[in-house]
Amino acid sequence: MASANKTMGGAFERIGGVNALPVILMIIALPLVGSFSSWMTLTVAGLAMGMMIFLMASGLSLIFGLMDVLNFGHSAFISFGAFIAASVLAALAFWVESDSVLLNFLALFLAVSAAALFGLIAGWFFERVIIKPVYRDHLRQILITIGALIIAEQLILTIWGGAPIPVERPAILQGSIIIGDVAIEIYRIFAFLLGLAAFLALYLVLNRTRVGLLIRAGVENREMVEALGFRIDRVFIAVFMAGSALAAIGGSMWAGYQGLISATLGSELMVLVFIVVIIGGLGSIEGSLLGALLVGLLGNYVAFIFPKLSLASNMLLMLIVLLWRPWGLRPAVKH
Amino acid sequence: MPATAMSAVPHVSGRTRTGRLVIYAIALAIGLALAVAPFIFPDVRSQEVAARICVFIVLVASYDLLIGYTGIVSFAHTMFFGLGAYGAAIALKQMGPGWDAVFLGGGAGILAAAVLAALIGVLSLRVKAIFFAMVTLAAASVMLVLASQLSEITNGEDGLVYAIPALFKPATKLLTNANGRVETLFGVALNGKLALYYFVFLTSAAMFWLLTRIVRSPLGSVLEAIRENEMRTEALGYRVVAYRTAVFVIAAIVAAIAGVVWAVWLRYTGPASTLSFSIMIDILLMVVIGGMGTMVGSIIGVTLMSLAQYYLKDLMAAAAEATASIPLLPHVLEPDRWLLWLGLLFILLVYFFPAGIAGTLMRKGAH
Amino acid sequence: MSEHILRLDDVHTDIEQYHILHGVTLDVPQGGVFVLLGRNGAGKTTTLRTIMGLWRARKGAIVFDHHDITAAHTSDIARQGIAYVPENMGIFAGLTVEENMRLASANGRFDPARLRRIYDLFPAMEKFWTKPAGTLSGGQKQMLAISRAIIEPRRLILIDEPTKGLAPAIIRAMIDAFREVAKETTILLVEQNFLFASSLGSNVAVIDDGRIVHHGTMAALVEDKALQTQLLSLSLDAHQ
Repeated sequence: MASANKTMGGAFERIGGVNALPVILMIIALPLVGSFSSWMTLTVAGLAMGMMIFLMASGLSLIFGLMDVLNFGHSAFISFGAFIAASVLAALAFWVESDSVLLNFLALFLAVSAAALFGLIAGWFFERVIIKPVYRDHLRQILITIGALIIAEQLILTIWGGAPIPVERPAILQGSIIIGDVAIEIYRIFAFLLGLAAFLALYLVLNRTRVGLLIRAGVENREMVEALGFRIDRVFIAVFMAGSALAAIGGSMWAGYQGLISATLGSELMVLVFIVVIIGGLGSIEGSLLGALLVGLLGNYVAFIFPKLSLASNMLLMLIVLLWRPWGLRPAVKH
Repeated sequence: MPATAMSAVPHVSGRTRTGRLVIYAIALAIGLALAVAPFIFPDVRSQEVAARICVFIVLVASYDLLIGYTGIVSFAHTMFFGLGAYGAAIALKQMGPGWDAVFLGGGAGILAAAVLAALIGVLSLRVKAIFFAMVTLAAASVMLVLASQLSEITNGEDGLVYAIPALFKPATKLLTNANGRVETLFGVALNGKLALYYFVFLTSAAMFWLLTRIVRSPLGSVLEAIRENEMRTEALGYRVVAYRTAVFVIAAIVAAIAGVVWAVWLRYTGPASTLSFSIMIDILLMVVIGGMGTMVGSIIGVTLMSLAQYYLKDLMAAAAEATASIPLLPHVLEPDRWLLWLGLLFILLVYFFPAGIAGTLMRKGAH
Repeated sequence: MSEHILRLDDVHTDIEQYHILHGVTLDVPQGGVFVLLGRNGAGKTTTLRTIMGLWRARKGAIVFDHHDITAAHTSDIARQGIAYVPENMGIFAGLTVEENMRLASANGRFDPARLRRIYDLFPAMEKFWTKPAGTLSGGQKQMLAISRAIIEPRRLILIDEPTKGLAPAIIRAMIDAFREVAKETTILLVEQNFLFASSLGSNVAVIDDGRIVHHGTMAALVEDKALQTQLLSLSLDAHQ
């Protein structure tokens, strides 16, 4: 029994270990979904959704890993990102609707940049004013970031009102590409590519730069990084701002994906983001990517096969992962 | 030897004694007011407020057992509250308005809460506190989605409306006078409505008493030791995870009982009345305002918040109207924006008075 | 009287509600190995952490080379030329040996001569250069921790119980390495292992219950068996 387990484990490790899980999930889903074209549509949707959630989750995971701060206000950045992008797109409606690819992209770029800029500034404010006084005090941290979340949601309601607002997609991102009998929404491809680009950028920064080295070291042991002569608090604020900006970008992409957004968008997504971070393991972007893809794919497959179970499926996934690996699939090494 | 939280405070200065006296006096006054609420505040709205305060004191005190006494941050408290409420509600809907439905359905809900709490506790209380917070939040939101999606039995977003045991019907006469009409006491009719209120009040009082017994028991001392220094407690031979899980289960059971009572009182159970995240936020606010780690604090926190929720909105509406000519101000003074101010108050409180009202006055100090 | 590189004057440190150091006064002369001995819980680690600014002195002063560093930020203390090798070694297990070393070097670049010397002292460092530090053995981790401390010229190295849990052969290698390192810098070594300490130390202080109870040369302490028994009986009991 034990040896059988071992050989199975060996085979699992050979095909890539936990990294292969999304692919394994895709393969299992194919016969269950039945039709190839539906499977393809669901897979693309799942990957796109996963990448958008990755954008939101990676920052949270890094912030947690580095600073031991669980920021419940993270979802406020997601919501604000969505609303700001929607407002920019609405203001640039002429460009958005134009046939010019350049103007289309410019509008999109401005919308996403505005969201990211907000994330940077709000992240700076959040770290300095809200969180800094309560570092290392988890209970008060959770309470204070929840307080900030309440305020942020109320501010959105004050500024944008309670009614859901529609989001205009740029003309070039509307419609689908048809390959054979498979229709793939262009927006999903774009969302996937943007998420992938963000992952690669994060990966390179973390693994190829000195700041990245500091971040990875800080996730493991903050104190030792300081004892080696570095100001970890400067790394903290940089990561916090970047993480918040990523969340806002994720929110802005989500706004275009949904087409209709309301103030509760952030807190609704937050649950998915938490599940992703728990599944992936805290403090690692590889883990976040893995968790996000699993959640995105599973959510879409299950919504198609057993519609009623779609959110519960993620909960089930979390339960299984926790039973199997209590620290998540790919957690960062902690001292 | 009563090794209680209160008597563990080393030096009791004169000021502290006064503060403690004030807190207990306020709590006692609130308790007395609740005990005679139907007679001194006979209007319907006041009754609503009083019953809500009773149920939420139990809910908040049981939550304080987690957050204040054990240092566990859970977001699943409304889930357990909801399980109790839905258990009773579904049974009352399916089996009709009998006590058997209340006990069977409520019991099933309470059992489900206990089992689920044990499962979550065993699974995730061994890892970081923050991790646990995330897991409970995920679990609670899935429960919320399930309640709105399984509409065959829960009636979805609309929730369930049902009749409750005949004893509690307004038409029920508890005592009749010579003419066969319902007897009155101090001008208040002794009818089923009154019985219902006292059902809520007495159950809540019993639960609250039980919770104060728990924190004053040896278990309470172990819990506080865990909160203060987990590793040392573990080294002393206490199995920290087992204790935490036990507390989590106890708190879940009490929350579920509060849910049953709430379901009976409201004659309605829906996602918004039991499971919603805003109720979880209310509980958090109440426990922090009252004072974490002080059972009496929950009485004060709940009363203040509930009064604010029912009456502050009126005040804000008036303020918004009065400032209508000033730009922006009426927007943030709109009654719907009251959470904005509460959120701000909450943050300031956590910064400057982390011990809450009761904790600050009784000098229990922040931890 | 030789120049003192580090002086602690009546340092008191609390950790939460516990008073750990009750007025530690210590003069560490320039050069050589200064040993701080004491039983478990006497306050040895707390002294090092307080010097490093990882815990704050409530009272008293810490002067490093005429600069008051009592309230300085840990990173600034490190930049003054103090390296710290904690008891748990503070290795970044997920990083490679090279990355660990890069963090310890001033600008991410290595001085080839110093690197060569480290390779000579600890050949394992060269061998496992690209391996994750988490895969090293306990002794190799300790070597990496010390290599990190000496990749740059430092003026003072604080080392907390480097022999803990190590095999005798590795301890002998450590003694050689420390003698080599002590030629160019001052080492403040916290130890429980008296044999190891006495083979290295030129000066010694004994701490007990958060106070310095003895201060003198190692040679004198090695000679005076009665004093050893009086000061160290507890620690020797605990260790042998």
